[in-house]
Amino acid sequence: MSDRPNKVVIDEELCKQCELCVVVCPVHALRISDRINTKGFHPAELYEYDKCIMCGFCAMTCPERAIAVYRPEVQKA
Amino acid sequence: MKVVYERPKTLEKVTNHYCPGCHHGILHALIAEVLDEMGLAEKAVGVAPVGCAVLAYNYLDIDWIEAPHGRAVAIATGIKLAHPDVLVFTYQGDGDAAAIGLAETMYGAIRGVNVTTFLYNNAIYGMTGGQMAPTTLLGMKTTTSPYGRDAKREGYPLKMAETIALQGGTAFSARTALFNPKMIMETKKRIRQVFELQMKGAGFTFLEVVGTCPTNWGMSPVDATKFAETEMVKTFPLGVYKELKEVE
Ligand SMILES: Cc1ncc(C[n+]2csc(CCOP(=O)(O)OP(=O)(O)O)c2C)c(N)n1
Ligand code: SF4
Repeated sequence: MSDRPNKVVIDEELCKQCELCVVVCPVHALRISDRINTKGFHPAELYEYDKCIMCGFCAMTCPERAIAVYRPEVQKA
Repeated sequence: MKVVYERPKTLEKVTNHYCPGCHHGILHALIAEVLDEMGLAEKAVGVAPVGCAVLAYNYLDIDWIEAPHGRAVAIATGIKLAHPDVLVFTYQGDGDAAAIGLAETMYGAIRGVNVTTFLYNNAIYGMTGGQMAPTTLLGMKTTTSPYGRDAKREGYPLKMAETIALQGGTAFSARTALFNPKMIMETKKRIRQVFELQMKGAGFTFLEVVGTCPTNWGMSPVDATKFAETEMVKTFPLGVYKELKEVE
């Protein structure tokens, strides 16, 4: 995971598990994790890294603004 | 690496007190984004309401005044008279701006006070535990209309964007929503437009935003968002009701 460039970065402490990001993602790349934050919520996570198209819909929908979205430079093979 | 989205600078990095999935958080963030993009955060003064948004001053890193229940536009009028060159906006719920504060909101429009009002319409009194508001939908169950709002008993939902649009001093009045990315982008565009109009001295600018109250509607955030999209918009049609094209 860590050697791949960031696409979706979720601040797990800010997340309140509302699931709006999970539902809005057009490629179903997000889900609710089984981790737990100090407020007692299960934060959202990116689980389908390759599917993510970096559209930013999750970030602009998040009422907590807990999500940042980045578009990595394309590496020429 | 290209940034697609990062938290706006003007949005304080604290956990807000809103219930999970409440659209109040989205509207706060959009206002912060527009203030950042327009470089107006240093010049902006917000007026916070009584209602769930009462603590808005903790979340946007600008100057704020907290108004008594419903009196936000009256206070905004005073700020604007004392400091005509600052950007003044009120952020209010429907119980605040359309019930106890209806007179102040209306007179803002009638007198053409050069300030902006954001009305977060979730059709209910959120903070106090879900009582009926003037904007409650017909048939909607609240703690004070347990059998559903009946027009014969409680009258009809108040349509603020349309009403404000009829007043002579109104430069802009519209209704948008936050239930999908397209509407979120539309709302952001309108926030920018009302701030631009105010900076040109156009008059009273009013943006009603259809939101949710998952907690008092008794729904999950996802269902509440769907309810806004399918039911709320039937009573509260989205659109621009008044728009000054030329500003002298
Ligand atoms: C003078 C006065 N009357 C009544 C109240 C109680 N009160 C607090 S918030 C509120 C209604 C808030 O509803 P709304 O403006 O729709 O905001 P929301 O909480 O739904 O965002 C009321 C009636 C008060 N604080 N002050
Ligand atoms: S009570 Fe309703 S309006 Fe208030 S924060 Fe909770 S969901 Fe939002």
